Amino acid sequence: MEGAGESLRDTELRLGLPGTDAPEKPALTVTRGGKRALPEDNEEAYAKSSKSSSAEEQGEGDLCGQEPPAAKAQVVGWPPIRSYRKNSLHARKVEGEAAGLYVKVSMDGAPYLRKIDLKVYKGYKELREALDDMFKCFSLGEFPRKEGCSGSEYAITYEDKDGDLMLVGDVPWEMFISSCRRLRIMKGSEARGLGSRH
Amino acid sequence: MTYFPEEVVEHIFDFLSSHRDRNIVSTVCKAWYRVERLSRRSVFVGNCYAVRPGRVMARFPGTKCLSVKGKPHFADFNLVPHDWGGFALPWIEAAARGCPGLEELRLKRMVVSDESLELLARSFPNFKALVLVSCEGFSTDGLAAIATHCRGLRELDLQENEVEDHGRQWLSCFPDSCTSLESLNFACLKGEVNAGALERLVARCVNLRSLKLNRAISVESLARILVRTPHLVELGTGSFTVEHRAEAYQRLIHAFRKCKSLKSLSGFWDVAPRCLQSIYSICPNLTVLNLSYAPAIQGADLVKLIRHCFKLQKLWVLDCIGDKGLAVVASTCKELQELRVFPSDIYGTGTAAVTEEGLVAISSGCSKLNSLLYFCHQMTNAALITVAKNCPHFTRFRLCILDPGKPDPDTNQPLDEGFGAIVRSCNDLRRLSLSGLLTDTVFLYIGEYAARLEMLSIAFAGDSDKGMVYVLNGCKNLRKLEIRDSPFGDAALLENVGKYETMRSLWMSSCDVTLGGCKALAAKMPRLNVEVINDRVESDEMEENPSDMHKVEKMYVYRTLAGARNDAPEFVDIL
Repeated sequence: MEGAGESLRDTELRLGLPGTDAPEKPALTVTRGGKRALPEDNEEAYAKSSKSSSAEEQGEGDLCGQEPPAAKAQVVGWPPIRSYRKNSLHARKVEGEAAGLYVKVSMDGAPYLRKIDLKVYKGYKELREALDDMFKCFSLGEFPRKEGCSGSEYAITYEDKDGDLMLVGDVPWEMFISSCRRLRIMKGSEARGLGSRH
Repeated sequence: MTYFPEEVVEHIFDFLSSHRDRNIVSTVCKAWYRVERLSRRSVFVGNCYAVRPGRVMARFPGTKCLSVKGKPHFADFNLVPHDWGGFALPWIEAAARGCPGLEELRLKRMVVSDESLELLARSFPNFKALVLVSCEGFSTDGLAAIATHCRGLRELDLQENEVEDHGRQWLSCFPDSCTSLESLNFACLKGEVNAGALERLVARCVNLRSLKLNRAISVESLARILVRTPHLVELGTGSFTVEHRAEAYQRLIHAFRKCKSLKSLSGFWDVAPRCLQSIYSICPNLTVLNLSYAPAIQGADLVKLIRHCFKLQKLWVLDCIGDKGLAVVASTCKELQELRVFPSDIYGTGTAAVTEEGLVAISSGCSKLNSLLYFCHQMTNAALITVAKNCPHFTRFRLCILDPGKPDPDTNQPLDEGFGAIVRSCNDLRRLSLSGLLTDTVFLYIGEYAARLEMLSIAFAGDSDKGMVYVLNGCKNLRKLEIRDSPFGDAALLENVGKYETMRSLWMSSCDVTLGGCKALAAKMPRLNVEVINDRVESDEMEENPSDMHKVEKMYVYRTLAGARNDAPEFVDIL
């Protein structure tokens, strides 16, 4: 079975200069290691047979221009990165991406709470914009744009993993999302104590 | 020279530092063999199963430094089952019996138990240095034994090991009288250590030059440590999570300014980009920078940092540096010799972080580059040809295109010509890893031009047995050949069986080699161990006598004086 594909190709009559074969991805049609994973095979089989070439074929040919395939077939031991390194990068990602990081958001005076996923925001600015959007229906005024909130009506605070009430914006974003347990939008009058940074 | 007295011959041999040179002179005559074996102080065993530990100690009773390697390289990528072998204990036992004067032990890819570390700690009164790389099987209890009993320990270097955390007290086991440490690396430990004990330890070890902390060490602790160790040359930071307005951060900046000898930096887990400013004062002196565990630092911040690092010789980064970032490296780091670019997004389709453009930029700016490990999404022949022209001094060239079997995206051709250019141009090439779409032609080039090649890694490449044969017949200095998922079968395996006795090892997995082929090889070459490693699942399902036509999933062949090893697990057949 191995040689058949190749020799047939050799005897094919073609027009055109050598080396200008249509991109038929020859490597994918020649069997490799005697184990050719067919496109219909499920991903489990891929993982065992250590081949992702067919998945590519399917991915590039059929799904060109559409959403990229949800999960590329994972080949055992590929890419060649030490487990130690994979685990340490993957652990960080998993910490980050596992099921999102949903926290409750309450606002003083609002009749009900909301829930947001902190993972989707890249930083404080986006978070403030999202909260603004979410709570503006309660027409409760502008949100503080800068860190510290001297002068504005509301302050965004959060409860950290020690149970303390903290002002949002002091610590690096990554640190914030790992320690934030819930958010609370406080009326300015109560928040004044937290806000003073001078 | 045989009429010189032995002391003179020994003195001349003192100038031979490489073990290969010493191996050669020992074969000249019996007298030289005797002189050499009694005077050898540093012994290197590339494959722990090639020779019995007792034999090594008997031949070299004066061994002071012993270096042993265990599992095959592909074990790094989970291709070797967990309990395949590579145990350190027999080596430590043999050394304890035969060479009690041992001072240094270096182990790579071996299984090291707490029991063996305890034996080590108690058996060698002059023990000075322990280096464990990519090992497993031990816990912090074993480290406690080393800390407790090795008086005069100078070096404890743990690189990328899997260590079980049994508590933080191991570090406190270094007695107050221990002042000899020069190098301490526990970056791979997951658990906490007693920060106070660490600070006191580094304070009293005045010769400490290399310190690599683990992620559990806070910035506050780091700042306190650095104040006590202003002469540090190599530093691996702990977790770098700090608010840039915090006092600890200010203290850290201050401490860094005092460390005028720092040349090497690594660690930086969790670092927030803003905090990188703290090291700007050190950057102009840096020769080694490892940011490959800091995925939070994106291209722009990396670039700002690197612009200060004009003495850099070795750089390890993630591919979020991007092609543009690599261009900055190329224009700034004119002394660069080694570059490693690791992927940050392994399974996602992701944005193309680095491509052939980045590599070409590096090659045109960094003419001293000799060692490369580059993970990218695509590569072209034109780029490789340019790189080969710009950098003819490569000794190690490892390219990993993340999509297996991907052709040149511009021409849809295989990358034979590109790699061909590399081997033709780089006459000193000792190590090569291939990737992308490749036919037998690339192996023709390798066999013909890569005269100094010692290690070749092949994955998803080639069309037929011819490819492997070109390599076996051509590369006269080949020592290690590892192949996965390539169409090489029995004909290739058996074409040049004598070759394998000139090599350390051959690994083939998911290829076309059959059980019959392996048996034939084993029968022809009794001084090779031909190991057939069966998949756990398969071996449960397999019958008693699988047919010779059955394809072998994993095969590991190595020359040996020790015969079949007696510690093989049941899923390994030694033919």
